[in-house]
Amino acid sequence: MENYKIVVIGGGPAGLAAATTASEHGASVLLIEREGRLGGILKQCIHDGFGVTRFKNKLSGPEYAEREIARFQKTTAEVSLLTFVTKVEEKEEGFILTLVSRDGLRQVLAKKLILATGCRERTAKQVAIQGTNPSGVLTAGAAQYYINILGKMPTKTCVILGSGDIGLIMARRITLEGGKVEGVYEVKPTPSGLTRNLVQCLNDFDIPLYLSHTVTRVFGNDRLEGVEVAAVDEKMQPIKGTERYVPCDALILSVGLIPENEMAQSLNVPLNPKTKGPFADQTLMTLHPNIYSCGNALHVSDLADFVSETGETAGLKAALEVKTEPRQLIALSIDSNLGYIVPSHIDIKQDLKSVIFYIRSIRDFENVTLYMTVDGKEAFKKRFAHMKPPEMERFVADLSSFSDIHEITVRLEEKK
Amino acid sequence: MKNLICIVCPNGCHLQVDETTLNITGAKCARGLTFAHDEMTNPKRTLTSSVRTAMPGYPVVSVRTSGDIPKAVIPQLMDLLRSITVRAYLPSGSIVLENVLGTGVNIITTTAMIKETK
Repeated sequence: MENYKIVVIGGGPAGLAAATTASEHGASVLLIEREGRLGGILKQCIHDGFGVTRFKNKLSGPEYAEREIARFQKTTAEVSLLTFVTKVEEKEEGFILTLVSRDGLRQVLAKKLILATGCRERTAKQVAIQGTNPSGVLTAGAAQYYINILGKMPTKTCVILGSGDIGLIMARRITLEGGKVEGVYEVKPTPSGLTRNLVQCLNDFDIPLYLSHTVTRVFGNDRLEGVEVAAVDEKMQPIKGTERYVPCDALILSVGLIPENEMAQSLNVPLNPKTKGPFADQTLMTLHPNIYSCGNALHVSDLADFVSETGETAGLKAALEVKTEPRQLIALSIDSNLGYIVPSHIDIKQDLKSVIFYIRSIRDFENVTLYMTVDGKEAFKKRFAHMKPPEMERFVADLSSFSDIHEITVRLEEKK
Repeated sequence: MKNLICIVCPNGCHLQVDETTLNITGAKCARGLTFAHDEMTNPKRTLTSSVRTAMPGYPVVSVRTSGDIPKAVIPQLMDLLRSITVRAYLPSGSIVLENVLGTGVNIITTTAMIKETK
């Protein structure tokens, strides 16, 4: 049986960064990817705006992926494409993975696993829409695949439900390719996507955005013929009398992304209900020893740069020969202004210098200050001019001056 | 005063521009100043799209403008992109159209096309 120190599952930006970094730090690495090409979802994200932090350059998704792949190919890490992991067993000597590829079935042994399995789009089944079950109801990512990879237009006139970034980007893409986007409907009173995408994808093309609106019903038997839209109240319930029929041949859903953790769950890795990704400490090791998580599987990021960064953290920490047992985990407690914090835990036995944190606020804030306190003492403080849930914030805190930590709290205070 | 939101990077800085003096505040970096100035005088965008190819494995290949182009020429440029077909496995960064519509900007591919061995 082939034997690796680290097996990385998923060849998108997180997995590539994890495998590259781990290999650069001396670990034997196998990267497993189910598709025929590396790069993950970046392959179909042909819009630009990637890599502003990481490469100081405004790249398209495929260009960003190509740079990461080039770096990966310079290492001694191995890669197995068109390969699925069908089983993972935990044994005394490590994890035994059963792999299926065109070459058949094989098993490999890994001392550590890095899960870089990305995320999935919420589908029609996960949003309550009444009516028939016609073709033409698809996710924004599926529309993106049809247009950008297959070169086929899935719609002539469509309605987009949800104002997530991919939905906004597809509104522009469909319009450029000659389709009509009747409108983008968002159930919440605030947009879900990045402000820059509202400006350059909707405003530039005069595509209307209807906040506090939703799609309540679909019509059509074989193919979608139209949808019913309605305004919603504060409880997001449709308001009677506001219904309107919109003829269209496609309903495109951009209603959220959920970390993909089927494999993590099969290994009993505890998941954080706030992120839907695994709980993890600052090394990005999950609460299950020797299983690491990174990228969108850990928490959904709005920038690929952050995805790569968590991949690097997981790859580096997994490669280092530091003693990981016994762990001494402190769960961070956050106040109600914060949606979540990653990492969710700090292992005080591990390096406490330069810990990278990612946070999302629960609502829009102006002039807000973030405080991190350790056993009642202020450990970190940062002011933010704006903070809003769609835009993740990152900060680096040094906790190495503290010893024997018992409690870490993080809070947001609004300046009155 | 005109309020703009910078779209150069995901920071999305809120910029205020004085319409007469073109004095700009609120930018975290110099690129924001250039963006706001252009937006007031000649709004520009990077166009990303795809063009058809004749090569197996690649029904289309992704492309972009090598620099920003005036917003106004985008529809014309899309028509132009629809009229061409790539007939080779090109590395990314290959020029498929030169100096489009007299803008001085090229159309370059952004995906490395790799001939796959079955």
